[in-house]
Amino acid sequence: MQGKSWSKYLLSLPPMAYLLIFFAAPTLIMLFASFRYPGEYGGLAPWYLQENGRITLDLTLENWQRLLCTDIYIRLFIKSIGYAVAATLICMVMGYPLALMIARSGRKSRDLLLLLVILPFWSNFLVRIYAWMIIFSPVGALTRMLNGVLDLFGVGPVTLMYSPTAMLVCLVYVHLPFMVLPLYANLEKHDLDLLDAAQDLGAGKWRRFWLITWPLSLSGVIAGSILVFIPVLGMFAIPDLLGGTDGIMIGNVIKQQFMESRDWPFGSVLSMVLTVTAVAVVLLGSRLGQRR
Amino acid sequence: MQRKNVLLWISAALVYLFLYLPLVIVVVFSFNDSRLNAEWVGFTWKWYGKLFHNQEMLTAAMNSLIIAGVSAAVATVLGTLAGLAMEQSRQRLLQMLVLAPIAMPEILMGVSLLVLFIMVNMTLGLLSIMLAHITFCIGFVALAVQARISSMDPGLVEAARDLGASPWRCFREITLPLLMPGILAGALMAFTLSIDDFVITFFTAGVGSSTLPLQIYSMVKIAVTPEVNAVSTLLMLLTLVVITVASRLSPAVFRGE
Repeated sequence: MQGKSWSKYLLSLPPMAYLLIFFAAPTLIMLFASFRYPGEYGGLAPWYLQENGRITLDLTLENWQRLLCTDIYIRLFIKSIGYAVAATLICMVMGYPLALMIARSGRKSRDLLLLLVILPFWSNFLVRIYAWMIIFSPVGALTRMLNGVLDLFGVGPVTLMYSPTAMLVCLVYVHLPFMVLPLYANLEKHDLDLLDAAQDLGAGKWRRFWLITWPLSLSGVIAGSILVFIPVLGMFAIPDLLGGTDGIMIGNVIKQQFMESRDWPFGSVLSMVLTVTAVAVVLLGSRLGQRR
Repeated sequence: MQRKNVLLWISAALVYLFLYLPLVIVVVFSFNDSRLNAEWVGFTWKWYGKLFHNQEMLTAAMNSLIIAGVSAAVATVLGTLAGLAMEQSRQRLLQMLVLAPIAMPEILMGVSLLVLFIMVNMTLGLLSIMLAHITFCIGFVALAVQARISSMDPGLVEAARDLGASPWRCFREITLPLLMPGILAGALMAFTLSIDDFVITFFTAGVGSSTLPLQIYSMVKIAVTPEVNAVSTLLMLLTLVVITVASRLSPAVFRGE
Protein backbone atom coordinates (compact mmCIF):
# COMPACT_ATOMS: atom_id res chain seq x y z
CA MET A 1 0.00 0.00 0.00
CA GLN A 2 2.22 2.75 -1.24
CA GLY A 3 -0.47 5.37 -1.61
CA LYS A 4 -1.19 5.29 2.09
CA SER A 5 2.26 6.15 3.33
CA TRP A 6 2.29 9.61 1.81
CA SER A 7 -1.38 10.26 2.47
CA LYS A 8 -0.88 9.90 6.20
CA TYR A 9 1.74 12.62 6.12
CA LEU A 10 -0.57 14.74 4.00
CA LEU A 11 -3.09 14.62 6.84
CA SER A 12 -0.63 15.26 9.62
CA LEU A 13 1.47 17.88 7.84
CA PRO A 14 -0.71 20.98 8.42
CA PRO A 15 -1.34 20.48 12.16
CA MET A 16 2.25 19.32 12.65
CA ALA A 17 3.66 22.38 10.88
CA TYR A 18 1.41 24.68 12.90
CA LEU A 19 2.38 23.14 16.22
CA LEU A 20 6.06 23.09 15.32
CA ILE A 21 5.95 26.83 14.62
CA PHE A 22 3.72 27.90 17.49
CA PHE A 23 4.55 25.36 20.17
CA ALA A 24 7.89 23.62 19.64
CA ALA A 25 9.79 26.61 18.23
CA PRO A 26 8.74 29.06 20.99
CA THR A 27 9.84 26.56 23.63
CA LEU A 28 13.27 26.25 21.99
CA ILE A 29 13.50 30.01 21.53
CA MET A 30 12.86 30.42 25.23
CA LEU A 31 15.58 27.92 26.10
CA PHE A 32 17.93 29.98 23.92
CA ALA A 33 16.68 33.23 25.50
CA SER A 34 17.66 31.95 28.93
CA PHE A 35 21.32 32.29 27.83
CA ARG A 36 20.99 35.81 26.45
CA TYR A 37 21.50 39.20 28.09
CA PRO A 38 18.44 41.30 28.93
CA GLY A 39 17.83 44.22 26.57
CA GLU A 40 18.48 47.75 27.68
CA TYR A 41 14.76 48.62 27.59
CA GLY A 42 13.48 45.19 28.51
CA GLY A 43 13.16 42.21 26.23
CA LEU A 44 16.31 40.62 24.90
CA ALA A 45 19.70 42.01 23.88
CA PRO A 46 21.07 40.86 20.50
CA TRP A 47 22.70 37.45 20.75
CA TYR A 48 25.74 38.42 18.71
CA LEU A 49 28.12 41.34 18.59
CA GLN A 50 29.35 42.85 15.37
CA GLU A 51 32.78 44.40 15.60
CA ASN A 52 34.81 45.41 12.54
CA GLY A 53 32.77 43.02 10.44
CA ARG A 54 33.46 40.15 12.84
CA ILE A 55 30.48 38.46 14.42
CA THR A 56 30.87 37.01 17.89
CA LEU A 57 28.30 35.27 20.06
CA ASP A 58 27.17 37.22 23.09
CA LEU A 59 25.65 34.65 25.41
CA THR A 60 25.90 34.18 29.15
CA LEU A 61 25.31 31.80 32.03
CA GLU A 62 24.54 34.69 34.39
CA ASN A 63 20.78 34.10 34.36
CA TRP A 64 21.19 30.50 35.46
CA GLN A 65 23.73 31.52 38.07
CA ARG A 66 21.25 34.01 39.44
CA LEU A 67 18.77 31.17 39.92
CA LEU A 68 21.24 28.97 41.73
CA CYS A 69 23.20 31.53 43.72
CA THR A 70 20.33 33.10 45.61
CA ASP A 71 17.98 30.83 47.45
CA ILE A 72 14.88 33.05 46.98
CA TYR A 73 13.85 31.41 43.75
CA ILE A 74 14.62 27.88 44.87
CA ARG A 75 12.55 28.52 48.00
CA LEU A 76 9.77 29.94 45.87
CA PHE A 77 9.79 26.82 43.73
CA ILE A 78 9.60 24.62 46.79
CA LYS A 79 6.76 26.72 48.16
CA SER A 80 4.87 26.44 44.85
CA ILE A 81 5.37 22.68 44.83
CA GLY A 82 4.04 22.68 48.40
CA TYR A 83 0.87 24.51 47.33
CA ALA A 84 0.47 22.16 44.36
CA VAL A 85 0.87 19.07 46.58
CA ALA A 86 -1.60 20.46 49.13
CA ALA A 87 -4.17 21.31 46.44
CA THR A 88 -3.75 17.87 44.87
CA LEU A 89 -4.25 16.07 48.19
CA ILE A 90 -7.32 18.13 49.11
CA CYS A 91 -8.77 17.55 45.63
CA MET A 92 -8.21 13.83 46.11
CA VAL A 93 -9.90 13.73 49.51
CA MET A 94 -12.87 15.72 48.20
CA GLY A 95 -13.03 14.20 44.74
CA TYR A 96 -12.71 10.53 45.61
CA PRO A 97 -16.02 10.11 47.48
CA LEU A 98 -17.78 12.09 44.77
CA ALA A 99 -16.31 10.01 41.94
CA LEU A 100 -17.12 6.82 43.85
CA MET A 101 -20.68 7.93 44.49
CA ILE A 102 -21.21 8.74 40.80
CA ALA A 103 -19.63 5.48 39.64
CA ARG A 104 -21.84 3.46 42.00
CA SER A 105 -25.14 5.18 41.23
CA GLY A 106 -27.66 4.01 38.64
CA ARG A 107 -26.96 4.27 34.92
CA LYS A 108 -29.47 7.03 34.35
CA SER A 109 -28.46 9.38 37.15
CA ARG A 110 -24.76 8.83 36.41
CA ASP A 111 -24.70 11.03 33.31
CA LEU A 112 -26.50 13.85 35.07
CA LEU A 113 -24.30 13.67 38.17
CA LEU A 114 -21.21 13.74 35.99
CA LEU A 115 -22.49 16.65 33.95
CA LEU A 116 -23.01 18.54 37.22
CA VAL A 117 -19.30 18.12 37.98
CA ILE A 118 -18.23 19.26 34.52
CA LEU A 119 -20.47 22.33 34.23
CA PRO A 120 -18.70 24.58 36.76
CA PHE A 121 -15.43 23.58 35.11
CA TRP A 122 -16.66 25.09 31.85
CA SER A 123 -17.64 28.39 33.44
CA ASN A 124 -15.03 31.07 33.05
CA PHE A 125 -11.84 30.65 35.07
CA LEU A 126 -11.84 34.28 36.24
CA VAL A 127 -15.51 34.13 37.18
CA ARG A 128 -14.74 31.19 39.44
CA ILE A 129 -11.93 33.12 41.11
CA TYR A 130 -14.13 36.19 41.37
CA ALA A 131 -16.82 34.15 43.16
CA TRP A 132 -14.34 33.46 45.95
CA MET A 133 -13.31 37.11 46.08
CA ILE A 134 -16.95 37.86 46.93
CA ILE A 135 -17.14 35.07 49.51
CA PHE A 136 -13.90 36.03 51.24
CA SER A 137 -14.44 39.78 51.00
CA PRO A 138 -14.15 41.64 54.32
CA VAL A 139 -17.75 42.90 54.02
CA GLY A 140 -19.01 39.46 52.99
CA ALA A 141 -21.31 37.35 55.15
CA LEU A 142 -18.72 34.63 55.77
CA THR A 143 -16.07 36.94 57.20
CA ARG A 144 -18.59 38.78 59.37
CA MET A 145 -20.09 35.56 60.67
CA LEU A 146 -16.70 34.09 61.45
CA ASN A 147 -15.61 37.24 63.25
CA GLY A 148 -18.90 37.26 65.15
CA VAL A 149 -18.15 33.79 66.46
CA LEU A 150 -14.52 34.60 67.17
CA ASP A 151 -15.63 37.69 69.08
CA LEU A 152 -17.60 35.49 71.50
CA PHE A 153 -14.35 33.81 72.43
CA GLY A 154 -12.61 37.14 72.71
CA VAL A 155 -10.44 36.54 69.64
CA GLY A 156 -9.74 39.52 67.43
CA PRO A 157 -11.20 39.83 63.93
CA VAL A 158 -9.50 37.99 61.08
CA THR A 159 -9.47 38.66 57.35
CA LEU A 160 -9.91 35.78 54.94
CA MET A 161 -9.11 37.63 51.77
CA TYR A 162 -5.49 37.82 50.56
CA SER A 163 -4.35 34.84 52.57
CA PRO A 164 -2.77 31.50 51.64
CA THR A 165 -5.95 29.82 52.94
CA ALA A 166 -8.16 31.75 50.53
CA MET A 167 -5.78 30.91 47.75
CA LEU A 168 -5.74 27.20 48.55
CA VAL A 169 -9.55 27.01 48.69
CA CYS A 170 -9.75 28.62 45.27
CA LEU A 171 -6.99 26.41 43.81
CA VAL A 172 -8.95 23.36 44.95
CA TYR A 173 -12.22 24.78 43.65
CA VAL A 174 -10.88 25.46 40.18
CA HIS A 175 -9.11 22.12 39.75
CA LEU A 176 -11.46 19.68 41.48
CA PRO A 177 -13.12 18.45 38.23
CA PHE A 178 -9.67 17.47 36.88
CA MET A 179 -9.46 15.00 39.76
CA VAL A 180 -13.03 13.72 39.65
CA LEU A 181 -13.17 12.91 35.91
CA PRO A 182 -10.23 10.47 35.62
CA LEU A 183 -11.17 8.94 38.99
CA TYR A 184 -14.71 8.34 37.79
CA ALA A 185 -13.49 6.90 34.46
CA ASN A 186 -11.45 4.41 36.48
CA LEU A 187 -13.95 3.57 39.23
CA GLU A 188 -16.73 3.00 36.73
CA LYS A 189 -14.85 0.08 35.20
CA HIS A 190 -14.42 -1.85 38.46
CA ASP A 191 -15.94 -5.30 38.67
CA LEU A 192 -18.42 -5.09 41.55
CA ASP A 193 -18.45 -8.89 41.87
CA LEU A 194 -15.05 -8.58 43.53
CA LEU A 195 -16.60 -6.52 46.32
CA ASP A 196 -19.48 -8.96 46.68
CA ALA A 197 -17.05 -11.85 46.90
CA ALA A 198 -15.04 -10.04 49.56
CA GLN A 199 -18.20 -9.34 51.49
CA ASP A 200 -19.26 -12.97 51.32
CA LEU A 201 -15.88 -13.89 52.71
CA GLY A 202 -16.52 -11.57 55.63
CA ALA A 203 -14.55 -8.41 54.78
CA GLY A 204 -16.00 -5.23 56.29
CA LYS A 205 -16.74 -2.02 54.42
CA TRP A 206 -13.37 -0.32 55.03
CA ARG A 207 -11.40 -3.48 54.47
CA ARG A 208 -13.13 -3.93 51.12
CA PHE A 209 -12.30 -0.38 50.18
CA TRP A 210 -8.62 -0.47 51.13
CA LEU A 211 -7.93 -3.95 49.79
CA ILE A 212 -9.92 -3.82 46.54
CA THR A 213 -11.28 -0.45 45.39
CA TRP A 214 -8.30 1.72 46.35
CA PRO A 215 -5.52 -0.42 44.79
CA LEU A 216 -7.58 -0.84 41.61
CA SER A 217 -8.15 2.90 41.36
CA LEU A 218 -4.50 3.94 41.70
CA SER A 219 -4.03 4.65 37.99
CA GLY A 220 -7.02 7.02 38.16
CA VAL A 221 -5.58 8.65 41.26
CA ILE A 222 -2.27 9.20 39.48
CA ALA A 223 -3.92 10.61 36.35
CA GLY A 224 -6.07 12.98 38.42
CA SER A 225 -3.12 14.06 40.52
CA ILE A 226 -1.07 14.99 37.46
CA LEU A 227 -3.99 16.93 35.99
CA VAL A 228 -4.32 18.95 39.20
CA PHE A 229 -0.65 19.27 40.15
CA ILE A 230 0.68 20.70 36.88
CA PRO A 231 -1.76 23.59 36.31
CA VAL A 232 -1.58 24.54 40.00
CA LEU A 233 2.20 24.63 39.86
CA GLY A 234 2.16 27.20 37.05
CA MET A 235 -0.74 29.25 38.40
CA PHE A 236 -0.47 33.02 38.60
CA ALA A 237 -4.01 34.42 38.50
CA ILE A 238 -5.26 32.90 41.75
CA PRO A 239 -2.28 33.99 43.88
CA ASP A 240 -2.44 37.32 42.11
CA LEU A 241 -6.09 37.98 42.98
CA LEU A 242 -6.53 36.11 46.26
CA GLY A 243 -3.12 35.29 47.70
CA GLY A 244 -1.84 38.65 48.89
CA THR A 245 1.87 39.13 49.56
CA ASP A 246 2.37 35.75 51.26
CA GLY A 247 0.73 33.85 48.46
CA ILE A 248 3.22 34.47 45.68
CA MET A 249 3.97 31.47 43.51
CA ILE A 250 6.49 30.84 40.77
CA GLY A 251 3.93 31.80 38.12
CA ASN A 252 3.68 35.29 39.60
CA VAL A 253 7.43 35.79 39.33
CA ILE A 254 7.46 34.55 35.73
CA LYS A 255 4.64 36.95 34.89
CA GLN A 256 6.52 39.74 36.65
CA GLN A 257 9.74 39.07 34.71
CA PHE A 258 7.93 39.18 31.37
CA MET A 259 5.41 41.96 32.00
CA GLU A 260 6.74 44.28 34.71
CA SER A 261 10.50 44.02 35.26
CA ARG A 262 10.87 42.91 31.65
CA ASP A 263 13.88 40.74 32.39
CA TRP A 264 13.11 38.17 29.75
CA PRO A 265 16.26 36.05 30.05
CA PHE A 266 15.66 35.43 33.73
CA GLY A 267 11.94 34.88 33.08
CA SER A 268 13.01 32.28 30.51
CA VAL A 269 15.20 30.55 33.08
CA LEU A 270 12.27 30.25 35.49
CA SER A 271 9.98 29.07 32.66
CA MET A 272 12.46 26.40 31.64
CA VAL A 273 12.66 25.11 35.21
CA LEU A 274 8.85 24.99 35.31
CA THR A 275 8.79 23.15 31.95
CA VAL A 276 11.30 20.56 33.11
CA THR A 277 9.40 20.05 36.37
CA ALA A 278 6.10 19.57 34.53
CA VAL A 279 7.61 17.12 32.02
CA ALA A 280 9.27 15.18 34.85
CA VAL A 281 5.96 14.91 36.72
CA VAL A 282 4.14 13.67 33.60
CA LEU A 283 6.85 11.08 32.85
CA LEU A 284 7.00 9.92 36.46
CA GLY A 285 3.21 9.65 36.57
CA SER A 286 2.92 7.67 33.36
CA ARG A 287 5.73 5.37 34.53
CA LEU A 288 3.91 4.76 37.82
CA GLY A 289 0.60 4.36 36.02
CA GLN A 290 1.98 1.76 33.62
CA ARG A 291 3.26 -0.41 36.41
CA ARG A 292 -0.29 -0.91 37.70
CA MET B 1 -26.60 -5.00 43.71
CA GLN B 2 -26.80 -1.30 44.50
CA ARG B 3 -24.59 -0.13 47.30
CA LYS B 4 -26.05 2.78 49.20
CA ASN B 5 -23.74 4.42 51.62
CA VAL B 6 -25.07 7.35 53.59
CA LEU B 7 -21.64 8.76 54.43
CA LEU B 8 -20.65 8.68 50.77
CA TRP B 9 -23.81 10.45 49.69
CA ILE B 10 -23.49 13.19 52.29
CA SER B 11 -19.86 13.91 51.42
CA ALA B 12 -20.72 13.96 47.70
CA ALA B 13 -23.63 16.33 48.34
CA LEU B 14 -21.30 18.66 50.23
CA VAL B 15 -18.84 18.67 47.34
CA TYR B 16 -21.65 19.57 44.93
CA LEU B 17 -22.59 22.41 47.27
CA PHE B 18 -18.97 23.56 47.25
CA LEU B 19 -18.97 23.49 43.43
CA TYR B 20 -22.19 25.41 42.94
CA LEU B 21 -22.61 27.82 45.85
CA PRO B 22 -19.94 30.28 44.63
CA LEU B 23 -21.47 30.44 41.15
CA VAL B 24 -24.96 30.90 42.57
CA ILE B 25 -23.66 33.79 44.67
CA VAL B 26 -22.22 35.47 41.56
CA VAL B 27 -25.51 35.15 39.69
CA VAL B 28 -27.71 36.25 42.62
CA PHE B 29 -25.65 39.35 43.35
CA SER B 30 -25.77 40.39 39.69
CA PHE B 31 -29.45 41.28 40.36
CA ASN B 32 -28.77 42.98 43.68
CA ASP B 33 -29.52 46.66 44.05
CA SER B 34 -26.35 47.49 45.97
CA ARG B 35 -22.80 48.32 44.99
CA LEU B 36 -21.49 45.94 47.64
CA ASN B 37 -21.63 42.22 47.04
CA ALA B 38 -22.55 41.71 50.68
CA GLU B 39 -26.24 41.84 51.50
CA TRP B 40 -29.39 41.38 49.51
CA VAL B 41 -31.04 44.78 49.11
CA GLY B 42 -33.51 44.43 46.27
CA PHE B 43 -33.95 43.22 42.72
CA THR B 44 -32.60 45.25 39.80
CA TRP B 45 -31.61 44.91 36.16
CA LYS B 46 -29.47 48.02 36.29
CA TRP B 47 -26.06 46.30 36.26
CA TYR B 48 -26.99 44.62 33.00
CA GLY B 49 -28.19 47.96 31.64
CA LYS B 50 -24.87 49.57 32.62
CA LEU B 51 -23.04 46.76 30.90
CA PHE B 52 -24.71 47.45 27.58
CA HIS B 53 -23.68 51.10 27.79
CA ASN B 54 -20.08 50.29 28.67
CA GLN B 55 -18.22 50.85 25.41
CA GLU B 56 -15.02 49.12 26.57
CA MET B 57 -16.99 46.07 27.58
CA LEU B 58 -18.83 45.90 24.26
CA THR B 59 -15.58 46.18 22.31
CA ALA B 60 -14.07 43.45 24.45
CA ALA B 61 -17.10 41.22 23.87
CA MET B 62 -16.86 41.81 20.13
CA ASN B 63 -13.12 40.99 20.18
CA SER B 64 -13.79 37.83 22.16
CA LEU B 65 -16.41 36.64 19.68
CA ILE B 66 -14.23 37.36 16.64
CA ILE B 67 -11.21 35.64 18.19
CA ALA B 68 -13.23 32.63 19.32
CA GLY B 69 -14.96 32.27 15.95
CA VAL B 70 -11.79 32.41 13.86
CA SER B 71 -9.68 30.35 16.29
CA ALA B 72 -12.34 27.66 16.58
CA ALA B 73 -12.73 27.45 12.78
CA VAL B 74 -9.00 27.10 12.07
CA ALA B 75 -8.38 24.81 15.07
CA THR B 76 -11.26 22.58 13.97
CA VAL B 77 -9.72 22.03 10.52
CA LEU B 78 -6.22 21.42 11.90
CA GLY B 79 -7.48 19.39 14.86
CA THR B 80 -9.63 17.15 12.66
CA LEU B 81 -6.65 16.45 10.41
CA ALA B 82 -4.54 15.68 13.47
CA GLY B 83 -7.23 13.40 14.91
CA LEU B 84 -7.54 11.49 11.64
CA ALA B 85 -3.78 11.18 11.28
CA MET B 86 -3.35 10.03 14.88
CA GLU B 87 -5.98 7.32 14.43
CA GLN B 88 -4.57 6.09 11.10
CA SER B 89 -1.04 5.58 12.24
CA ARG B 90 0.95 6.03 15.39
CA GLN B 91 3.06 9.09 14.74
CA ARG B 92 4.90 9.83 17.93
CA LEU B 93 5.95 13.35 17.02
CA LEU B 94 2.43 14.38 16.06
CA GLN B 95 1.00 12.80 19.18
CA MET B 96 3.48 14.64 21.36
CA LEU B 97 2.90 17.96 19.60
CA VAL B 98 -0.86 17.62 19.95
CA LEU B 99 -0.94 16.53 23.58
CA ALA B 100 1.96 18.50 25.09
CA PRO B 101 0.26 21.93 24.86
CA ILE B 102 -2.66 20.49 26.87
CA ALA B 103 -0.39 19.01 29.50
CA MET B 104 1.88 22.03 30.08
CA PRO B 105 1.02 24.89 32.44
CA GLU B 106 -0.70 27.60 30.40
CA ILE B 107 1.67 30.34 31.48
CA LEU B 108 4.51 28.63 29.60
CA MET B 109 2.67 28.78 26.30
CA GLY B 110 1.75 32.39 27.03
CA VAL B 111 5.27 33.65 27.68
CA SER B 112 6.94 31.58 24.95
CA LEU B 113 4.48 32.85 22.33
CA LEU B 114 5.05 36.38 23.59
CA VAL B 115 8.78 35.92 23.00
CA LEU B 116 8.13 34.47 19.52
CA PHE B 117 5.77 37.28 18.46
CA ILE B 118 8.12 40.00 19.66
CA MET B 119 11.07 38.29 18.01
CA VAL B 120 9.43 38.38 14.58
CA ASN B 121 8.34 41.99 15.22
CA MET B 122 4.67 41.20 15.21
CA THR B 123 2.33 43.77 16.70
CA LEU B 124 0.39 42.17 19.52
CA GLY B 125 -3.34 42.27 18.83
CA LEU B 126 -6.23 40.19 17.61
CA LEU B 127 -4.05 38.18 15.21
CA SER B 128 -1.48 37.19 17.83
CA ILE B 129 -4.25 36.16 20.22
CA MET B 130 -5.88 34.03 17.50
CA LEU B 131 -2.61 32.31 16.59
CA ALA B 132 -2.12 31.50 20.28
CA HIS B 133 -5.67 30.23 20.80
CA ILE B 134 -5.46 27.97 17.74
CA THR B 135 -2.33 26.41 19.25
CA PHE B 136 -4.05 25.23 22.42
CA CYS B 137 -7.38 24.36 20.74
CA ILE B 138 -5.95 21.91 18.17
CA GLY B 139 -5.32 19.24 20.79
CA PHE B 140 -8.85 19.38 22.21
CA VAL B 141 -10.44 19.09 18.75
CA ALA B 142 -8.07 16.23 17.86
CA LEU B 143 -9.08 14.34 21.02
CA ALA B 144 -12.78 14.88 20.33
CA VAL B 145 -12.40 13.63 16.75
CA GLN B 146 -10.26 10.70 17.85
CA ALA B 147 -12.84 9.65 20.45
CA ARG B 148 -15.47 9.64 17.72
CA ILE B 149 -13.33 7.64 15.26
CA SER B 150 -12.60 4.93 17.79
CA SER B 151 -16.34 4.46 18.35
CA MET B 152 -16.90 4.06 14.59
CA ASP B 153 -17.36 0.71 12.86
CA PRO B 154 -14.34 0.23 10.53
CA GLY B 155 -16.40 -2.32 8.61
CA LEU B 156 -18.42 0.47 7.01
CA VAL B 157 -15.43 1.97 5.23
CA GLU B 158 -14.16 -1.48 4.24
CA ALA B 159 -17.57 -2.39 2.81
CA ALA B 160 -17.67 0.80 0.74
CA ARG B 161 -14.13 0.15 -0.52
CA ASP B 162 -15.12 -3.40 -1.48
CA LEU B 163 -18.06 -2.02 -3.41
CA GLY B 164 -15.65 0.10 -5.43
CA ALA B 165 -15.82 3.55 -3.83
CA SER B 166 -12.64 5.61 -4.15
CA PRO B 167 -10.85 6.54 -0.89
CA TRP B 168 -11.93 10.16 -1.29
CA ARG B 169 -15.56 9.19 -1.88
CA CYS B 170 -15.37 6.87 1.12
CA PHE B 171 -14.11 9.73 3.25
CA ARG B 172 -16.68 12.21 1.96
CA GLU B 173 -19.73 9.98 2.12
CA ILE B 174 -19.00 7.72 5.07
CA THR B 175 -16.20 8.86 7.37
CA LEU B 176 -16.96 12.58 7.34
CA PRO B 177 -20.73 12.36 8.04
CA LEU B 178 -20.08 9.86 10.82
CA LEU B 179 -17.35 12.07 12.27
CA MET B 180 -19.49 15.22 12.09
CA PRO B 181 -20.83 15.11 15.67
CA GLY B 182 -17.27 14.70 16.98
CA ILE B 183 -16.00 17.53 14.80
CA LEU B 184 -18.84 19.85 15.84
CA ALA B 185 -18.36 19.01 19.50
CA GLY B 186 -14.66 19.74 19.09
CA ALA B 187 -15.43 23.05 17.37
CA LEU B 188 -17.81 24.13 20.13
CA MET B 189 -15.29 23.10 22.75
CA ALA B 190 -12.61 25.16 20.97
CA PHE B 191 -14.99 28.12 20.83
CA THR B 192 -15.63 28.02 24.59
CA LEU B 193 -11.98 27.42 25.43
CA SER B 194 -11.05 30.44 23.35
CA ILE B 195 -13.75 32.74 24.70
CA ASP B 196 -12.88 31.72 28.28
CA ASP B 197 -9.12 31.85 28.01
CA PHE B 198 -7.40 34.30 30.27
CA VAL B 199 -3.79 33.25 30.87
CA ILE B 200 -2.56 32.87 27.30
CA THR B 201 -4.54 35.89 26.14
CA PHE B 202 -2.99 37.93 28.94
CA PHE B 203 0.48 37.45 27.47
CA THR B 204 -0.38 37.71 23.78
CA ALA B 205 -2.79 40.67 23.81
CA GLY B 206 -1.68 44.16 22.89
CA VAL B 207 -3.02 47.63 23.44
CA GLY B 208 -6.65 47.88 22.36
CA SER B 209 -7.19 44.16 21.90
CA SER B 210 -8.84 43.46 25.23
CA THR B 211 -11.11 40.44 25.53
CA LEU B 212 -13.90 39.75 28.04
CA PRO B 213 -11.70 37.78 30.46
CA LEU B 214 -9.01 40.48 30.29
CA GLN B 215 -11.67 43.12 30.91
CA ILE B 216 -12.98 41.17 33.90
CA TYR B 217 -9.44 40.82 35.22
CA SER B 218 -8.70 44.52 35.07
CA MET B 219 -12.06 45.36 36.71
CA VAL B 220 -11.61 42.79 39.47
CA LYS B 221 -8.08 44.04 40.18
CA ILE B 222 -9.49 47.45 41.03
CA ALA B 223 -12.69 46.58 42.86
CA VAL B 224 -15.44 44.02 43.18
CA THR B 225 -18.52 45.48 41.49
CA PRO B 226 -21.92 44.05 40.51
CA GLU B 227 -21.14 44.87 36.89
CA VAL B 228 -18.57 42.09 36.98
CA ASN B 229 -21.31 39.79 38.32
CA ALA B 230 -23.53 40.74 35.41
CA VAL B 231 -20.92 40.10 32.72
CA SER B 232 -19.91 36.88 34.50
CA THR B 233 -23.52 35.68 34.51
CA LEU B 234 -23.88 36.36 30.80
CA LEU B 235 -20.60 34.60 30.04
CA MET B 236 -21.72 31.59 32.09
CA LEU B 237 -25.01 31.51 30.24
CA LEU B 238 -23.23 31.54 26.87
CA THR B 239 -20.85 28.74 27.90
CA LEU B 240 -23.73 26.73 29.32
CA VAL B 241 -25.64 26.87 26.04
CA VAL B 242 -22.60 26.00 23.90
CA ILE B 243 -21.49 23.15 26.13
CA THR B 244 -24.98 21.68 26.42
CA VAL B 245 -25.23 21.57 22.63
CA ALA B 246 -21.73 20.09 22.35
CA SER B 247 -22.37 17.38 24.95
CA ARG B 248 -25.59 16.40 23.17
CA LEU B 249 -23.61 16.00 19.95
CA SER B 250 -20.89 13.87 21.40
CA PRO B 251 -21.46 12.67 24.96
CA ALA B 252 -18.32 10.51 24.99
CA VAL B 253 -16.05 13.51 24.65
CA PHE B 254 -17.30 14.99 27.89
CA ARG B 255 -16.85 11.87 29.94
CA GLY B 256 -13.31 12.65 30.94
CA GLU B 257 -10.17 11.70 29.07
